Amino acid sequence: MEGILTMLGATSQGLIWGVMVVGLYITFRILDFADLTVDGSLALGGSVSAILIYNGVNPILSLIIATFAGILAGCITGILHIKFKIPGILAGILTMTALYSINIRIMGKANTPLLGKNTIFTVISEWFDGLGANSKMISEIVLGLIVCAVIIAIMYWFFGTEMGYAIRAVGNNKHMVCAMGINVGLMQIIALALSNGLVAFSGALVAQNQGYADINMGVGTLVCGLAAVIIGEAFVKQESNFAVKLIFAVIGSVIYRLIIALALQIGMNPSDLKLFTAIIVAIALGLPKIMKRKEKQQC
Amino acid sequence: MLRLQKVSKVFNKNTVNEKVIFDKFDFTIEEGEFVVIIGSNGSGKSTLMNLISGKIIADSGKILIDGIDVSSQLEHIRAKQVGRVFQDPLMGTASNMRIYENLAMARKKGKKFGLKWCISKKDIQEYREMVKSLGLGLENHLNTKVGLLSGGQRQALTLLMATMQKPKILLLDEHTSALDPKTAGIVLDHTEKIIKENNLTTLMITHNMNDAIKLGTRLVMLSGGKIIFDAKGEEKKNLTPEILLRKFSEVEHCI
Repeated sequence: MEGILTMLGATSQGLIWGVMVVGLYITFRILDFADLTVDGSLALGGSVSAILIYNGVNPILSLIIATFAGILAGCITGILHIKFKIPGILAGILTMTALYSINIRIMGKANTPLLGKNTIFTVISEWFDGLGANSKMISEIVLGLIVCAVIIAIMYWFFGTEMGYAIRAVGNNKHMVCAMGINVGLMQIIALALSNGLVAFSGALVAQNQGYADINMGVGTLVCGLAAVIIGEAFVKQESNFAVKLIFAVIGSVIYRLIIALALQIGMNPSDLKLFTAIIVAIALGLPKIMKRKEKQQC
Repeated sequence: MLRLQKVSKVFNKNTVNEKVIFDKFDFTIEEGEFVVIIGSNGSGKSTLMNLISGKIIADSGKILIDGIDVSSQLEHIRAKQVGRVFQDPLMGTASNMRIYENLAMARKKGKKFGLKWCISKKDIQEYREMVKSLGLGLENHLNTKVGLLSGGQRQALTLLMATMQKPKILLLDEHTSALDPKTAGIVLDHTEKIIKENNLTTLMITHNMNDAIKLGTRLVMLSGGKIIFDAKGEEKKNLTPEILLRKFSEVEHCI
């Protein structure tokens, strides 16, 4: 029984963090941009949402405002990269570093507890009251599924629009996009804004779910997200439909959380988790390249 | 009509590596003209194309398209009137996107890329007809990602995309030199056909003397940023590769 509960818990975590993974998929896979802003914008979303709820704002409204805060953070990274020609990784690091101070400013201290406050999760778990002790867990999973489904549907629509096409092409071939009369820089900024908006939204959900926002809650977001994206990609063909790819990115997020839960259960030290994740990502990114080189040598 | 007025361009200005490419360069292409440019490496051919497309901004002088000064317009703004096919077949298409997706973007070229759905069933039928006209059998593979096509197929597709929204100027930058002779021939035939059908004002760079003589309505030889030979009509028709090579060596001697 305890095992099932752990798995359900990991699933709900995977779904809530899955929104962040969809956001990361946009920058990492579509735009071909490793955006470190996410480490800051996840905590930004959490901080904004937590402080608003703490001050009596409606939890759903706080989610929306947190998303806009993330969009702003993405715009700043985009402007640093496009207008000031700062390399992408560094632009992300700059915004992330700045956000550390900003997040403390927002909360006034390093963390904000939400004890006894209404969050979107407490509201929804009331609907499932009849289910007894597990109502909280079930409400988390239901909410996570709904949120992920809605966001994947919106992304599927968006990347089928003219602007969505342009953004996909930017990650592929900037010359071609420029030749189509499209402002390449603007498309990159829009994609970064969209991505960080989703990441901040996810951060706000995480804070409401765990009952507090913490200045360090975003540390390692990029690497965790990459792990989820890579795990998900192991199950999809290159030719697959875009919506299928996003669904598997979220499934990758769930699997990642299950692996983590398993690792903890067999006695891994929680502080070693980030090392574990980083090694997995390094291997997953590096292995295909090494295999390819071997193939060539054989020829 | 395209007009360059007293256009100057210097690379690495005020350094030991300073290189003057164009000094008060004047050049006019009339509406509907198909100009072939030849010239040795470093003669300024590619810089000329980059100046027209806006990839490089001139130091001074004016570039006019249909009488409108575009000298200060950024590349993506100018792209609305200028179609370009590069030497590298990878440059003109998005390899991770399908053929019909690439065509859908070309159809919207120069327009606002907003939040309208980019493609409809009706469009796909039209794209099929367009691709069919290339005669490469691509009409049954509209779903294929462009990255899986051969260089020649990609170049033919790029040509189609660059001319779908009739450009005021079409720039062809050695667009067949990376292809094998047979494919190059097919792509050149399409080029001629598309230019003729749409009466496009065209500027083409080539290193192939035979192509230079056979194609186009006007031949221009560039050397050291200056036009050293300019032939139209009968004069162009009577050219032979030998005559062109002799002209080349004459100039190179002077320098």
